[in-house]
Amino acid sequence: MGKWTRRAFLSAGVLAGGGILVGVALRPGNRNDALAPFVEGDGQKLVHAYIKIDQDNVVTAIIPHSEMGQGVHTALAQMLADELDADWNLVRVEEAPAIGDYSLYSVGRGFLLQGIDFPDIVIPTIEGVMMMLSDSLDLQVTGGSMSVRVTGTYGMRVAGAATRDMLKRAAAKAWGVSEKEITTEKSMLIHTATSRRAPYAEFAAAAAEMTPSYTPKLKEIKDYKLMGQHKPRFDIPAKVDGSAKFALDVRVPGMVYATVKRAPVFGGTVKSLDDRAARAIEGVLDVVTLPVTSADMMIGGFTAGEVVAVVAEGYWAAQRGLRALDIQWDNKGNGAVSSADIAAQHQRDIEAGADRKSDRSTGNIEDAFANADTILDADYTIPYLAHTCMEPLNATADYRDGQCEIWVGCQNPLGFRRAVADVLGLNEEQVTFHNLLMGGGFGRKSRPDWAMQAALLSKAVGKPVQLIWSREEDVRQDFYRPASRSVFRAGLSQDGELLGWQNTYVNKQEPAEAPLIPYAVEAQDIGYVQSPSHVPWGAWRSVDESMHGFFTESFIDECAVAAGKDPYEYRANMLKAHPRHLAVLNRAAEEAGWSAPLGLGRGRGIALKESFGSIVAQVAEISIMNEQVVIDRMVAVIDPGFAVAPDGVVAQIESGIIYGLTAAIYGEITIEDGAVQQSNFHDYPALRMTASPVIETHIINSGYAPGGAGEPGTPPAASALANAIYAATGKRLRDLPLNKHIAFAEGGRA
Amino acid sequence: MTKKLRVNGVEHTVDVDPSTPLLWVLREQLELTGTKFGCGIAQCGACTVMIEGVAVRSCIMPVANLEGRDITTIEGLAGNTQTPHPLQQAWIDHQVPQCGYCQSGQLMSAAALLKRNPQPTDADINNAMEGNICRCGMYDRIREAIKTAAEAMPETTPEQEIAKEADNG
Ligand code: FES
Ligand code: FES
Repeated sequence: MGKWTRRAFLSAGVLAGGGILVGVALRPGNRNDALAPFVEGDGQKLVHAYIKIDQDNVVTAIIPHSEMGQGVHTALAQMLADELDADWNLVRVEEAPAIGDYSLYSVGRGFLLQGIDFPDIVIPTIEGVMMMLSDSLDLQVTGGSMSVRVTGTYGMRVAGAATRDMLKRAAAKAWGVSEKEITTEKSMLIHTATSRRAPYAEFAAAAAEMTPSYTPKLKEIKDYKLMGQHKPRFDIPAKVDGSAKFALDVRVPGMVYATVKRAPVFGGTVKSLDDRAARAIEGVLDVVTLPVTSADMMIGGFTAGEVVAVVAEGYWAAQRGLRALDIQWDNKGNGAVSSADIAAQHQRDIEAGADRKSDRSTGNIEDAFANADTILDADYTIPYLAHTCMEPLNATADYRDGQCEIWVGCQNPLGFRRAVADVLGLNEEQVTFHNLLMGGGFGRKSRPDWAMQAALLSKAVGKPVQLIWSREEDVRQDFYRPASRSVFRAGLSQDGELLGWQNTYVNKQEPAEAPLIPYAVEAQDIGYVQSPSHVPWGAWRSVDESMHGFFTESFIDECAVAAGKDPYEYRANMLKAHPRHLAVLNRAAEEAGWSAPLGLGRGRGIALKESFGSIVAQVAEISIMNEQVVIDRMVAVIDPGFAVAPDGVVAQIESGIIYGLTAAIYGEITIEDGAVQQSNFHDYPALRMTASPVIETHIINSGYAPGGAGEPGTPPAASALANAIYAATGKRLRDLPLNKHIAFAEGGRA
Repeated sequence: MTKKLRVNGVEHTVDVDPSTPLLWVLREQLELTGTKFGCGIAQCGACTVMIEGVAVRSCIMPVANLEGRDITTIEGLAGNTQTPHPLQQAWIDHQVPQCGYCQSGQLMSAAALLKRNPQPTDADINNAMEGNICRCGMYDRIREAIKTAAEAMPETTPEQEIAKEADNG
């Protein structure tokens, strides 16, 4: 297999679009025999790759996505159960095992068929191509806000509807009646004319012998019974009594603990190591050096520097041991790089414009500027960001006799399994992979570097090992949202109309459409230059959308101000061709009471960003008290097409906003002498309760294709806030984090 | 070195280095994994437990001087009752947890707050919860759930009820 990146995959011929790929194993044929041994429990019958029915008529939905707290297990079960006409009280969920047969493949299918009606005859060919691609790419990815959009729409609903059809067919045959006369309700098959009723369980075995259709008739919105309803999440009760099992909670008989330090300068190696003091600490069992490792992942291949690990009877001893090590590192020529150097390099590369690539070029930008009455120039800059998932990275591995069993909470179980197999020199079938709950993912847990370390350590010491990274290691060995610079020029007519929009930024990842604006501007010239550094890149909640959400929605605000127009109306006037965007923007202004004046020292800021198929507008309302910014409330409106689990969407928007505000206000990873300077929450802070605003979220169900919810809340947050600060203070902040330029009110620490 | 610890009303004898923080003893020796590790330096609150009813960050609390103290973890929050603590019920009603990883700590901080202040104001809540980070950003829901729980709190705490039952029984 050659080098696959997310981008390469996206540009591989048939596939186009944005976002991470995920999918669902809805492949032609009946594969129940192959899958049953992995998923069938006592009294359960696997009727479809994703559906089990047991003797008590309980339906279990097998969900091919990881639960990061986005409520995906519940939302996907709602989609499946609705099409199946299942009794919600008898629906359970479980996560699909990380085996190749569950490699998800409506992946490409979702992209390929997006909004297009292919003749049925073509579909098997598409299916075949997609199946091959997903097999070879090990797709079981949770990310890109794709679970509901793709797996739900192209997978879970199809599975539910196809299974309902098979159950009806089985009943029709047994009862000697026409399939058309059979209706279904709450997991019961009903033939009214003969007053016959039977639970699904009765025909589960017969249906399991049939071949499911992958183009069954799906319900129309008006017939939804579960989709769109608020259903309490399955995963919540165990999360309030300490019983929920995260990866860190795995206990394997005989296991020992380990913690690690990787070369602080990315890509570095060990020059010398004195571990005598560490080995003298009671409880320390071993000190192990792990080599430079790399993984060739579809999402983010990487090479990581050398690692020194301390293995001990407990984490505390391992941690003390690590601190007692005396290590000299070889920095491989990167030991002098600083954030300032990288920022200067960005500026130079933009100014040189060498190899500038275009994202969009319309109209004649030179003419637009020549005809303009006002030219507006602005430079925006942002720093590196770490993810700081609440649960520090950890993995438990048990390597013995050429087999490895591993327990991790990650966003890509199959990709991880392959990476672990590769680094151990095993094939994938020799690795048994258990995916557990994740204490946050945000993109970080799509890179398997730490899981590979745990596997290597277990092999080295011949025992099961639980590897736990310190928070310090987590902050310093992340895959960072890149630092960036974005340079704008706008040309405005005498009456403020935007004639030309020019934008050059550094470092494009994805989605491709992230820097584009929805506004009607005739001449647009948007492009980028790549300006790489040695700092590893990572997908960070909403990837490029988060940075462009800040850049473009701040600069359009500047244009409105320069035009002497209201920032909301200015945007609205340029959205005639985008009624969905306009509706979202209007609703946000209305809910926020945009036209009601605020007193002195207060301000509102608005921002609008489409990402991952959903459109979100936010209004930030702030006060300045004692020269400090207080965020009073955030109003958000999302059009996700259709919200399958409305409270889940609301929670995701709340979460996305706090994640975005945290980064906007405080988030800054700096590089000095080639290494990250920050280390923990004291110098890489998170928003806490006192500073956290009241959030009001409103949903517009427009009925368009479903969009994501996990990420689209983040991109508009920083610009809504920065625009509000401008409104309140007249200070235009073009550099993040904002607290470098203005003080924010915070509570005291309890 | 052996130490006696009383956790959720049960006596345990553990053999650990006295500098070991309570967090790791709970998780590794006593297999009470509901208490989480988030930062190790008293910055995030994920490891919060109650000692004598007061919220404490167990990641920086050496076991050395905890002998004879009453330690309560998330596993013991509801007491020996089958019914969840009012805070746990409010957490479910408000659908508070996302990833859920911070929530043991949030609940223990909230429980300690309601113990000393059964009718907290918004400012009281903010102050008491300021040490608990939620990277999923569920602060708004946590605030509301604490208010709901405060209203629902019985006259007596579950611990007191157990004591009462024991007396009667
Ligand atoms: S782990 Fe104790 S406060 Fe963070
Ligand atoms: S629920 Fe995830 S960190 Fe709080």
